[in-house]
Amino acid sequence: MGLATFKGGIHPYEGKELSENKPIQVLLPKGDLVFPMAQHIGAPAKPLVKKGDRVLMGQKIGEAGGFISANVICSVSGTVKAVEPRLMVNGSTVMSVVVENDGLDEKIEHFGEDRDYTKLSKDEIREIIKEAGIVGLGGAGFPTNVKLTPKDDSKIDHILVNGAECEPYLTSDYRLMLEEPEKLVGGLKVILRLFDNAKGVIAIEDNKPEAIKKLQELVKGESKIEVCPLKTKYPQGGERSIIYAVTGRKVNSSMLPADAGCIVDNVDTVISIYNAVCKQTPLVRKIITVTGDAVAEPKNFKVRLGTNYQELVDAAGGFKTEPEKIISGGPMMGQALFSLDVPVSKTSSALTCFTKDMVAAQEPTPCIRCGRCVSVCPSRIVPPLMMQAALRGDCERFEKLNGMECMECGSCTYVCPAKRPLTQAFKEMRKTVAANRRKKA
Amino acid sequence: MNRLLNVSSSPHVRDQVTTSNIMFDVAIAMLPAAAFGVYQFGLNALIVIIGTVLACVASEYVFEKGMKKPITIADGSAVVTGLILALNMPPDIPVWIPMLGGVFAIIIVKQLYGGLGQNFMNPALAARCFLLISFTNKMTTFTLDGVSGATPLAVLKSGGTVDVAAMFIGRIPGTIGEVSVIALLIGAAYMLWRKVITIRIPAAYLITFTLFIIIFGGHGLDPTFILAHLCGGGLIFGAFFMATDYVTSPITPAGQIIYGVLMGCLTGLFRLFGGSAEGVSYAIILSNVMVPLIEKVTLPKAFGKEGKKA
Repeated sequence: MGLATFKGGIHPYEGKELSENKPIQVLLPKGDLVFPMAQHIGAPAKPLVKKGDRVLMGQKIGEAGGFISANVICSVSGTVKAVEPRLMVNGSTVMSVVVENDGLDEKIEHFGEDRDYTKLSKDEIREIIKEAGIVGLGGAGFPTNVKLTPKDDSKIDHILVNGAECEPYLTSDYRLMLEEPEKLVGGLKVILRLFDNAKGVIAIEDNKPEAIKKLQELVKGESKIEVCPLKTKYPQGGERSIIYAVTGRKVNSSMLPADAGCIVDNVDTVISIYNAVCKQTPLVRKIITVTGDAVAEPKNFKVRLGTNYQELVDAAGGFKTEPEKIISGGPMMGQALFSLDVPVSKTSSALTCFTKDMVAAQEPTPCIRCGRCVSVCPSRIVPPLMMQAALRGDCERFEKLNGMECMECGSCTYVCPAKRPLTQAFKEMRKTVAANRRKKA
Repeated sequence: MNRLLNVSSSPHVRDQVTTSNIMFDVAIAMLPAAAFGVYQFGLNALIVIIGTVLACVASEYVFEKGMKKPITIADGSAVVTGLILALNMPPDIPVWIPMLGGVFAIIIVKQLYGGLGQNFMNPALAARCFLLISFTNKMTTFTLDGVSGATPLAVLKSGGTVDVAAMFIGRIPGTIGEVSVIALLIGAAYMLWRKVITIRIPAAYLITFTLFIIIFGGHGLDPTFILAHLCGGGLIFGAFFMATDYVTSPITPAGQIIYGVLMGCLTGLFRLFGGSAEGVSYAIILSNVMVPLIEKVTLPKAFGKEGKKA
């Protein structure tokens, strides 16, 4: 029997050797910190402070603006300099709280104090996770307390910790699994306390044997927790891919993982739950891999949320060559940046800097119908036909071809010998279709 | 920061495979068969190969230049079309005939339909059929060592016996590239190894054809008869090099199987019951035009939606 995996997928150059052996280094912010009120899926948070206010580390400065929304927590102590729109990683301008750091790290009461989670009720645990501003830290940014509140708790039988880290170049989750495995297991136990019928599975790609070994040793005595090695293949860490790999259950775009009895949380999300529940530390930091061939010393940093990206580059020794492309995140699903003057947000995971931009170097040519995209698509759909519909702007045909099942992983675009911008066209179509659906509803 | 950064939608990395290096691989895969053809049939075979490839590349260039379109001869697709067409020619054909075929393939079958990726028939095959109808006599005269003779399939059809071992090596009359099964299989193995093609289409084609021959051939399980049919008449060349043409074959995995089965049945039908001893070219071309329909009915079920109607 082979390793757990899914059908399709690709094997891009991993690039993890640049930073995988660099221990996480704490990086303290120097300049102002910027806290966008929308760094999660759902309604933006409402600012709770105004210009001139003094704020403390751990203080809530943004209040969740709805059921699907998340609090924003200040990561330093200092003075609010402004509440104004600021540029974010995704290129949009978002209302943000700007804090001038006083460097004192003066904390709110009880910050960092131990707490025994076994004495808390389920509702109390969920409330703590909500208050701590925790969202899916793998990149999606879905509010974690909402995810942990399915319709029926008893139907959840799998809590999957997503340690696949299939995105090339990223090593932050790997370093966390090596350096803070006890917190990971601790966080998983907190989640398991919410679901009586569930077992915890820590799923890790087999290109991280040390992490697998370490966690396997750690969970040896645990009856409800196991480690599941996965085949190294992109997009193994996609929610639907990992659920299928571990449980054999299939989730489509109109289902939630909970419909398949699963809840999937990223490694850092689980550790943040541990920090919030057991250490009374809300979400104020993020692990960021600064990497790529243009960076002098690729490294993994533990940084405060709101830190300017430029400070990350400086701390990694600056650029050794002039970068042509800088990506927030990894090369497969990351966001290309036009400016480094953006803050680290909850969904930041890496800063990948390339000397050469592969995409600009290659002109798209006609589709030769080679079928490579069809064979790698994890959603088992047919990209060339979807592309024809997309080029005509034919939403109806696009939906009929199951275009909405696309998870925008980029595998089709990666393998395309004609270098066609498939994923890009699909993203636009999916947005249009989703907008049309909302209009009708 | 005053430098300008490139911004584009993800993904930001690409595989190294390009259209032109796929075409290059296909061309390499045809070299053993081409080399054997030249070795066996002599100088005119070489002239035909070079002339046809040149005619294809030149007509693509002239057409695109004239239409003020981007020049795409560097993608190698015209070279591949030229090679396939040349290897489908009798060795003693005057070179102007395949050159005319090359012009027809590129301009009429490929460019007029919109260029690479848009043609619904395999250009080389359509050109071959065009030449077969226009120059029937010259296109069906096969000589070996200066003696003109019937192809093994023609012999078989008229009730004679054939030497299967000679067919496997290629010591038989036939077109330049179709005669040597061993040379073709080396090329096919290369394409499979390089993942240029999958085994689906050739396997479905050859298995179906074999079954068809066993059932309707009138010789039952006679291995000589079956092997002669498999080795003869460009079946191996067609199954691995022409039926697998990306543009004119289905893109869906299930569709590729159906397409192979269809070609197997048609080839058997044409060979056993048709007027000519051959049938591969027509079988593939007819199946080409069925591709849109085959694709329509074989759209895969999306992940997680298997149980439901699309």
